[in-house]
Amino acid sequence: MDSTILLILLQDGAVNGAIYALLALSLVLVFAVTRVIYVAQGEFVAYGALTYAALDGGQLPGSVWLLCGLGVAAFIAGLWQGRGQTDAGLLLRLGLETVLLPGAVALLAIWLAPLKPGMLVEVALTLAIVTPMSPLLYRIAFQPLADAPVLVLLIAAVALHLALTGLGLVFFGPEGFRAPAFSEAILTVGPLTIPGQALWIGGLTLALMVALFGFFGRTLTGKALRATAVNRLGARLVGIPTERAGLIAFALAGFIGALSGVLIVPLTTVYYDSGFMIGLRGFTAAIIGGLGSYPGAVLAAVLVGVAESFSSFWASAFKEVIVFTAIIPVLLWRSLRHGSTEEEE
Amino acid sequence: MSVLAIDNLSVAYGGITALDGVSLAVGAGQIVTVIGPNGAGKSTLLNAAMGILPAGGTIRFGDTNLAGMKVAARVQAGMSLVPEKRELFATMSVEDNLRLGFYRHRGAGRRAMLAALEEVFALFPRLRERRRQDAGTLSGGERQMLAMGRALMARPRLLMLDEPSLGLAPLIVRDIFHTITALRKTGVAILLIEQNARAALQVADHAYVLETGRVTFAGDSAALAADPRIVEMYLGKNPG
Repeated sequence: MDSTILLILLQDGAVNGAIYALLALSLVLVFAVTRVIYVAQGEFVAYGALTYAALDGGQLPGSVWLLCGLGVAAFIAGLWQGRGQTDAGLLLRLGLETVLLPGAVALLAIWLAPLKPGMLVEVALTLAIVTPMSPLLYRIAFQPLADAPVLVLLIAAVALHLALTGLGLVFFGPEGFRAPAFSEAILTVGPLTIPGQALWIGGLTLALMVALFGFFGRTLTGKALRATAVNRLGARLVGIPTERAGLIAFALAGFIGALSGVLIVPLTTVYYDSGFMIGLRGFTAAIIGGLGSYPGAVLAAVLVGVAESFSSFWASAFKEVIVFTAIIPVLLWRSLRHGSTEEEE
Repeated sequence: MSVLAIDNLSVAYGGITALDGVSLAVGAGQIVTVIGPNGAGKSTLLNAAMGILPAGGTIRFGDTNLAGMKVAARVQAGMSLVPEKRELFATMSVEDNLRLGFYRHRGAGRRAMLAALEEVFALFPRLRERRRQDAGTLSGGERQMLAMGRALMARPRLLMLDEPSLGLAPLIVRDIFHTITALRKTGVAILLIEQNARAALQVADHAYVLETGRVTFAGDSAALAADPRIVEMYLGKNPG
């Protein structure tokens, strides 16, 4: 191996690592705020990728109908949970967020899709279609379980992942898709040739991290989310509606998942079930980072990306094995360092 | 009219009754205390009033029936609870904890928030010195001050304090009770749960004694402090 190969592998690893970092960040966020280990996050990567690919081909993506279906289901679930309550404002908000918003997005998609409106609009439309699914799923699957133990939430999350994979097959079909890169430009730095897509991924990841940092550090909503993560009861006592915090966390996770999908689909062919393996790498990174530390998760994600690119160079048959085995020494080290910890309450 | 009127409140954990037909009222601007031994259901009473625990009976806040209202809605209506375990945001700064206490008035703008912050700092100057520190690094007394300050940031009509003196050094307990007395001037009604019956009866207008989930005594706190049975059980024989 010479230094050129080393640099190329590092670059590959860093690009993939950036995607995993985004996924790991949103996993940590969702877990902190709602205690849900969001296994289904990976499906959003696949949905984002396939929706973007369909729009890029001038097709109306099947996910539009899925969005509408989820909206109606969430509306019914919301009515059922709120039975006996007669707060007109809450009802209006429910209708707005579960029926009107998905309906408006669907109409927009039906109008725009055949026009091939160009990359930027297509990306925005993809995000608008896929992101709202995540809070809708929170309303359907997790809000009624808000006080359940972590294990029950995990089981629900696994079930959701299986359901979404199946729905992915129904709405996108079994074929894989790939989309053209955002930019065909190639930057040459010494021995490295950096494709435009890698720059897009790196740049957007950094921008998103800075934006998240500002959101959590500066805005009241961000601080309220952090407060919910640090102390749920304390958050309720100052009047933060914790279900609302859960909705926002899930929306962020959906947004990040969809964006990751859009970024990754020019690099690799994405199938309806590809999301899980991508999400699992983000999950590995989040676990290595301790499922509680944002910088830890980002650092671990880059390491996972680099480990992946090196192991696919040396022993590509064992690529997955090597990446996922990396979690074991970390878990061992953590359990030795902290001893056994009790389940909360 | 009462700020808080609890009527025939019952709470059960599993099959065990923690509160059994408790009725209690807090008038505007009043300090009312509930004293009683450990396990009598004092904290349960506050948690039920705040909506953290499901309860039977009726609770009215002003002229609102609180039935079915969530915690966040009760805060919005003007109730604040300082729980026994403080429940601070440990990894956030003292100032952020206080700012989040203002969540009820989040639409009121930055100037109103800063004014509320100044009032709390005036009441607890120590919090101003510690404003950039994480809440988790504070001492026990400072944590209690922060918990009270956070609750006051909401400018509640009713402040409920659960064992504010618990685990604190005598000098700090005295400070906390001074603050409670000082709060009387702001017009906020206070429902105070205390094991430190002597101090509680001194600051309160009205008092209830809770034993195994039932109210066994109720009355003017001065009268209660003079009642021989209360003196024997809760105040100890105090010569002179």
